[in-house]
Amino acid sequence: MADTGKDVERLYRSLRRIRRVEEEIARIYPSDKIKSPVHLSIGQEFVAVGVCDVLQPTDIVSPTYRGHAAYLAKGGDLNGMMAELYGKATGVAGGKGGSMHLIDMHHNVIGASAVVGTTIPIAVGYALSFRRRKTGQVAVAFFGDGATEEGVFGESINFAALHRLPVLFVCENNGLAIHTATGRRWATQQLCARVATYGIPAHRIESGDVIELRAMAAAAVTAMRNGDGGPVFIECLTYRWREHVGPNEDYDAGYRSRDELQPWLANDQVDVVGRRIDGARRAAIDAEIENEIAAAISFAEESPFPTADALETHVFAGS
Amino acid sequence: MSSPAANERILTYVDALREAVAQEMRADERVFVMGLDVDDHKAIQGSTRGLVEEFGHDRVFGTPLSEDAMTGVAIGAAMAGMRPIHVHIRADFLLLCMNQLINIAAKSHYMYDGQVKVPLVVRSMIGKSWGQGAQHSQGLHAMFMHVPGLKVVAPSNAHDAKGCMIAAIRDDNPVIFVEHRLLYFSDAYVPEESFTVPFGKARRCTTGKDITIVGISNMLMEALRAHELLVEAGIEAEVIDPISLVPLDIETIADSARRTGKLLVVDNAWTNCGASAEIVARVVERLAEEGKPVRVKRMGYAPTTCPTTPSLETAFYADPAKIAKAAYAMTRPGKPAWEPDAERAKLAYQAKFRGPF
Repeated sequence: MADTGKDVERLYRSLRRIRRVEEEIARIYPSDKIKSPVHLSIGQEFVAVGVCDVLQPTDIVSPTYRGHAAYLAKGGDLNGMMAELYGKATGVAGGKGGSMHLIDMHHNVIGASAVVGTTIPIAVGYALSFRRRKTGQVAVAFFGDGATEEGVFGESINFAALHRLPVLFVCENNGLAIHTATGRRWATQQLCARVATYGIPAHRIESGDVIELRAMAAAAVTAMRNGDGGPVFIECLTYRWREHVGPNEDYDAGYRSRDELQPWLANDQVDVVGRRIDGARRAAIDAEIENEIAAAISFAEESPFPTADALETHVFAGS
Repeated sequence: MSSPAANERILTYVDALREAVAQEMRADERVFVMGLDVDDHKAIQGSTRGLVEEFGHDRVFGTPLSEDAMTGVAIGAAMAGMRPIHVHIRADFLLLCMNQLINIAAKSHYMYDGQVKVPLVVRSMIGKSWGQGAQHSQGLHAMFMHVPGLKVVAPSNAHDAKGCMIAAIRDDNPVIFVEHRLLYFSDAYVPEESFTVPFGKARRCTTGKDITIVGISNMLMEALRAHELLVEAGIEAEVIDPISLVPLDIETIADSARRTGKLLVVDNAWTNCGASAEIVARVVERLAEEGKPVRVKRMGYAPTTCPTTPSLETAFYADPAKIAKAAYAMTRPGKPAWEPDAERAKLAYQAKFRGPF
């Protein structure tokens, strides 16, 4: 599976599109036009792309504050995202959420949170609703390695396991919580062993291979959709190429070495998958992506800021 | 609260809560009840009794001791279109839910620009007496009032318990539902059919020209008893039940204080940064703009942790005698102090309770 030319093209387009969107964000960022802290996924795109590629439009994903990749991979609107980063009225959250609170319910990207781990049970709540109503939908919770240290992580997995809810837990383990490596936070790296004790399958992918991840996600999601599969946990090793927050690299900051980056650069999935596509075809895809991003930036720049009357809207929902 | 209509009967607070939830569950498939021990034989002091038998384990289920995640699960289910009721047998346990309630439930509708709603009811019971002590007796409603996006309601009687519960379930926002354990035995005329008590509309329970007394939650009952004692001392108190704290009907309270010139707010909580402080501040602000002075006072918990032993606990809480004494002092400044007979100040609904919790 996932090896037809069409699949490869689709995966490449998604990977490349996310990479280029974030590179453009990083390029624009010093201009101060973007009014939002940005946590870039550059280097980690394959996790969101591999998982979201097997989802249906009606499935939901819960991204993190490092969530541009999951948002875009699930089909979140690019114009609305860019405008949101600019703080514009046309942004997906009307300029009230910014990069850390992306949401697009038209494409079933549920809102992201700036508090680590917080959205894991929210995704489980969606899964509870799906199971109760027998909709066949699946929920995917993305989170980082740091979130697995929060109490809510274990609580959520236990509840999902108990009720065999259709939720896929995807840990993007980039080895860092801001600047602190897992080795300084965990007595043992056996995350999957910890999770497995809750009574759910727990898989670890070390290869950084989008095709391998895609196959694993597909198997899990198919079982859930058929009604008998309960939650599954996937730990996906990855690497954050840029600083925790902001557009830059920070290999001179002293907490990590550029040597760590080298194997990930060599295995960059944007390139690895891209190389499987005919050069002319790849160039055409790239050109389409550039046009789309340029249009999104123009859209964001030309959109108006919200007016003051928007300040007090949506404090409460009208009943 | 008023004279009974043909379709009303005497019902206790706890039965009113249960009836409200059962009626809404029959009417709306999306409503479900979750929480620690909601489906056991004690049924949250009886307030969930019979629900699991009628609606099954899919719609009435106990949870692991995971308040943080369970709150998130309830919020997620609410966002997905369900209408969860999350029950906590002690309000103190809400402190384990704060991240989800404050960072997600309160904010989601706003920070996601209206794309999601969180129609969630959080039931929380406040304990008192029989050694409830430091961590089983806290009235924490002011903490929730502080944060935009949460509604907070504290019905003081069986009628409002039912009407507010139905209103809360039908509300598209997260509602913190404050229940005082001692009120569970209180009864009132309650319509059999489904009805709502709207939020943001205070009730004037008595009319009087001398002083306005606002009582929150069970303190409304204690204020009403104080009112009866004050009548004997020749003082007419206008007792107001705010019913909901967010939204807060400050108009009704300010209108009364404008007439009486005196405002005493009695809360089942600490006064520091509390609901009583907020109500007083809003009334003073409003009347000051009109050049109208108002004499104000707050009463609530002593500024201490709640002790267990009765001798200290009695000193910790406001009660009808203390309320009446304070109201008298406010209305008769310069006159010798007066306080009612302590035995006569006792409340019938409290005397019914014999513990244990």
